Amino acid sequence: MTVKNELIKSILASIWFMFLTFPIMVIKVNTVTDTVEWRWYNMAVVGIGSFFISMLWRYLIRKKEEGSKKEKKDTVGPVQRILQDKKYFLPGIGAALLFTIFFPHIFSMYQTNIMISALIYVMLGLGLNIVIGLAGLLDLGYVAFFAVGAYSYALLNLHYGVTFWIALPLGGLIAAFFGIILGYPVLRLRGDYLAIVTLGFGEIIRLVLENWNEFSFGPSGIANIPKPGFFGFELSLQATTTFTFYIIVLLVLFTIFVINRLQNSRIGRAWSALKDDEVACQAMGIDKAKTKLRAFALGATWAGMGGVVFAAKTTFINPASFTIWESVIILCTVVLGGMGSIAGVMCGALLLILLPEYLRDFGEFRMITFGTVLVLMMVFRPGGIIENVRNTYKFEKSSQS
Amino acid sequence: MDFHITYMADDSHNRRDESRFKNIYLLRLSYKTGSRTGLNMDLEYFSQLFFGGLTRGSIYALIALGYTMVYGIIELINFAHGEIYMIGAFTALIVSSVLTLFGMPVLAVVVLAGMAAVVYSCSYGYTMEKIAYKPLRNAPRLSALISAIGMSLFLQNYVLLAQTSDFLPFPSLIPDFEFWEPYAHILTSPELVILITTVVVMILLTFLIKFTKIGKAMRATSQDKMMASLLGINVDRVISVTFVVGSATAAIGGILIASHIGQINFYMGFIAGIKAFVAAVLGGIGSIPGAVLGSLVLGWTESFFTGYISSDYEDVFAFLFLVLILIFRPSGILGRSQAQKV
Repeated sequence: MTVKNELIKSILASIWFMFLTFPIMVIKVNTVTDTVEWRWYNMAVVGIGSFFISMLWRYLIRKKEEGSKKEKKDTVGPVQRILQDKKYFLPGIGAALLFTIFFPHIFSMYQTNIMISALIYVMLGLGLNIVIGLAGLLDLGYVAFFAVGAYSYALLNLHYGVTFWIALPLGGLIAAFFGIILGYPVLRLRGDYLAIVTLGFGEIIRLVLENWNEFSFGPSGIANIPKPGFFGFELSLQATTTFTFYIIVLLVLFTIFVINRLQNSRIGRAWSALKDDEVACQAMGIDKAKTKLRAFALGATWAGMGGVVFAAKTTFINPASFTIWESVIILCTVVLGGMGSIAGVMCGALLLILLPEYLRDFGEFRMITFGTVLVLMMVFRPGGIIENVRNTYKFEKSSQS
Repeated sequence: MDFHITYMADDSHNRRDESRFKNIYLLRLSYKTGSRTGLNMDLEYFSQLFFGGLTRGSIYALIALGYTMVYGIIELINFAHGEIYMIGAFTALIVSSVLTLFGMPVLAVVVLAGMAAVVYSCSYGYTMEKIAYKPLRNAPRLSALISAIGMSLFLQNYVLLAQTSDFLPFPSLIPDFEFWEPYAHILTSPELVILITTVVVMILLTFLIKFTKIGKAMRATSQDKMMASLLGINVDRVISVTFVVGSATAAIGGILIASHIGQINFYMGFIAGIKAFVAAVLGGIGSIPGAVLGSLVLGWTESFFTGYISSDYEDVFAFLFLVLILIFRPSGILGRSQAQKV
């Protein structure tokens, strides 16, 4: 009986989706030759696919509902157990470190370059994680700070010959300054308004960069940005790439260190309190404005430094690299990995950036997959791949009466 | 050699096309070319800008209505709303080209394409709600927002992959009326049609919300979901209906704008959606007359800004406007400020 019901439901879903996707998937009009291409094959794919997906979907939803009904146990996922258990954790970290140290020597320069961009995303993801994961402020204009960092290096270098090593902290500082500028007016806004304003801010920065030709050279961008120097030595291209790789690895380690320390500091606790309940948090004497501004500024700092590295790595930047969709990709890495969890965000960023890189054939499906990932993660596993474990204080009944 | 220069500007999202499209979109909507000499011409230019802004504002209003209705009921910024509008335009284009090839008369093509677009947009809106938002009804609001962003990304790329990333020429479904000829230099016939359609849609919508049973249920649900369901209102159904109605108005907007501009693209929904959202917030999100008023104000300010000052920074201006409103009057022009309940 139930099997029959399930089948009927799935067939209905499949018919519905065939209807839904009919004009866009099946018909393709060639407006030049005025011919219509009928792609019935697509309809069959949609029909069969939606039949099975709808079954899976209902199964997962039911499972989720059952799970939420059950008494929530203190389930710690296997990954966290490994992360907490020193027996596995230390050798694991050691192996990962060794692997990263020898990475540029084992693999080709091409691979190293890919890894550098993935690590830039790791850094951006970790930075955004401060704003979203720790402080709970949805920032959709995060890439603006990345742009600020990249442009501040490019422009400072162009006009004043500032080198990479000075530009790195400077880019971070300038981005932090922008973070405060953005943060100040939006302090009063609630979650979704905040998202839209930050999105607007990100677009403002990009549009200004695109249109203000005298300042930023418009859409043509800035070329010939020097790669990072090594105490004035001339390095070959290969060596520079390796060097950049080590720089970004160190920066990522530094980021992890800082965020790890921040998480359990007074300010980290204030963030997570603010995330849970603003009013209660203020009642406990936490300065809401200052705490939020700190989150924005700190998040922006990492984006700014990431931007400097990005500019130095590609040696060319233009506003097209800083659209809203970059923000969405970074958001996607944070959401997929697990908001608030450092290991999760790193995993998410590496997965999302490296997988499409090695699955070049599926390159065109990259963005659609990101969209699907965002929806599915939110519906089925809002905590991400590696869920953040929050410190909990357990009340144990004492034996005394 | 560096392989990654263009990585971040992935060509699957052809960004140059976006900006090209945006410029076309703005130019055609904001003002017509004409030399400006003398006081009379100045007045004419002014009235062109005025009506250009009015047209633009009514398009924004058609999209903003969907935003504001959805927000009014489930307090969700439906990020993918602009995509519904884009799908409406695409469906209209596909259906109308197929029907034209079959040799249908023009009037039948216009009516059928319009109907198909509305039906499909509604179906997409309905399905989207069921998949991406309904399972998140009790989740934190951030989750629903992220899910909405994912949906928007999905729908854009779905159209991109299934159709094309190029600009498709859109047939102008609205003819030039002969009787309107004397006034056409100020307000073209398509613009006239847009204005009239918008007014009709507004009246129908007001009627729906004020005087029908489902409208009453919508108002009740937006006030208090729990109480409404206790009184026997099927809240899920009301939410679905809201999505469907919002999608229908967006589809109408999509067809009108596409046939007015003459081009569509998979990306057209995004910027229009953001602008409409600005308009909805400006008017006071959740309030239907507010959305209309906000859209008109935004349309006029943009039109005059591009006409008299500069068209380069027009989007910057729109976003700046949004930021300023949210800072100084977060509840919008007609919105009531809500005290936060603890």
